Amino acid sequence: MFDDNWRPKLDQYLDSELSAEEMRGMNAHLRECVSCASDALRRLQLKRATRLAGQRYEPSAEFRRRIERQAAARNRSRRILLWVPVLAAAMLLLVSAVTLGRWYERTRSQQFLAELADIHVADMASPTPVDVVSSDRHTVKPWFQGKLPFTFDLPELEGTRYKLIGGRVAYLEQEPGAHLLYDVGLHHISVFIFRDRAEVERVFPTRDSSGRVLSFHVESWAAGGLRYIVFGDASLESIQGLSRLLKQAGG
Amino acid sequence: MPLFGSLYNFAHWLTQNREEAEDLVQETYVKALKGFGSFQPGTNFRAWIFRILRNTFLTSLTGLAATRTVALETADVPEQAAAISHETPESILLEQAGQQQVQAALEQVPVIFREVLLLRDVEEMSYQEIADTLAVPIGTVMSRLYRARKALQAALESKIQEAKHV
Repeated sequence: MFDDNWRPKLDQYLDSELSAEEMRGMNAHLRECVSCASDALRRLQLKRATRLAGQRYEPSAEFRRRIERQAAARNRSRRILLWVPVLAAAMLLLVSAVTLGRWYERTRSQQFLAELADIHVADMASPTPVDVVSSDRHTVKPWFQGKLPFTFDLPELEGTRYKLIGGRVAYLEQEPGAHLLYDVGLHHISVFIFRDRAEVERVFPTRDSSGRVLSFHVESWAAGGLRYIVFGDASLESIQGLSRLLKQAGG
Repeated sequence: MPLFGSLYNFAHWLTQNREEAEDLVQETYVKALKGFGSFQPGTNFRAWIFRILRNTFLTSLTGLAATRTVALETADVPEQAAAISHETPESILLEQAGQQQVQAALEQVPVIFREVLLLRDVEEMSYQEIADTLAVPIGTVMSRLYRARKALQAALESKIQEAKHV
């Protein structure tokens, strides 16, 4: 084959860009053609010289460190960015849990107060609303001895418009407590005394609270590890008046 | 850092300035990290990151100036190359030439040819990789490489002649 067919392909040959068949053909040609072999040698030398001369510049160690620091800082910020959706999901979960928890507590609180209202109303409807009948606090308090895992003090009512009817043991969520019944005018007021457990604390998150449940007035406070709940259809003033007397007695 | 030394060497040859080369490499890595999502796995990473560097260079002031110069110089190259006879004992010339003379000759070669020489003979990229890096067809790579080698040869011959007359 003529040189003109091979010579234009010399660069591709030296750059290993010819097909295997063409490479074999070129090898055979170069063994026979002195001119092309000389040209190939020259080009190869130029390629080698270019490679050696081209490997000229090296980055300084300081520049390398700077780039590595920047890359590391960027990776850190990327890692932080990767955490953003995770944190957002966690926050969403937390907010959902808190919201759900509050809703649950509110529901439990309503259930708890509804149970108290049931006990109060059921006792009012009962022909024997109390198990110990007395207007004397000295009779009622000892009656609870051995029936409750705690004791409490009751106020002296002489000279007040309140009258202690009696009491009985009430159970709220399997926990025994005192249910005292007072009269004020034509109204009955129930006073519940329970141990101030975590479950009860959640129903009354503040130490003292008052409000209305099913149109009943409710006054509640915690003292000495006990939870007092004054409950009835009497006026708020009457409820609060009895509450004050109980608090003064040590409740 | 992947290809750090190669990218810096290439950047320095393009810019001919240490600070500019450092800025160019730094910007290349910033762009590469930022746009890594656009890199398609399975394609050539080396060609991808060299393309980022080259494109960044072309949009820099030095790059714009260099490519403007190239447009004028490119037309002269074939004539320059044509003047070189195959009978010229280049092998002797190359033996005589020191590495510094080859480097000086390479500096004189227009950027558009210098980059293709560096990618092929220094980085040992295939024609296809070079085509991907420069975003040109393989045929353009081959013709540009041919002309680049001729230009380098002419520049080198000139350097050697200068040295002889000194």
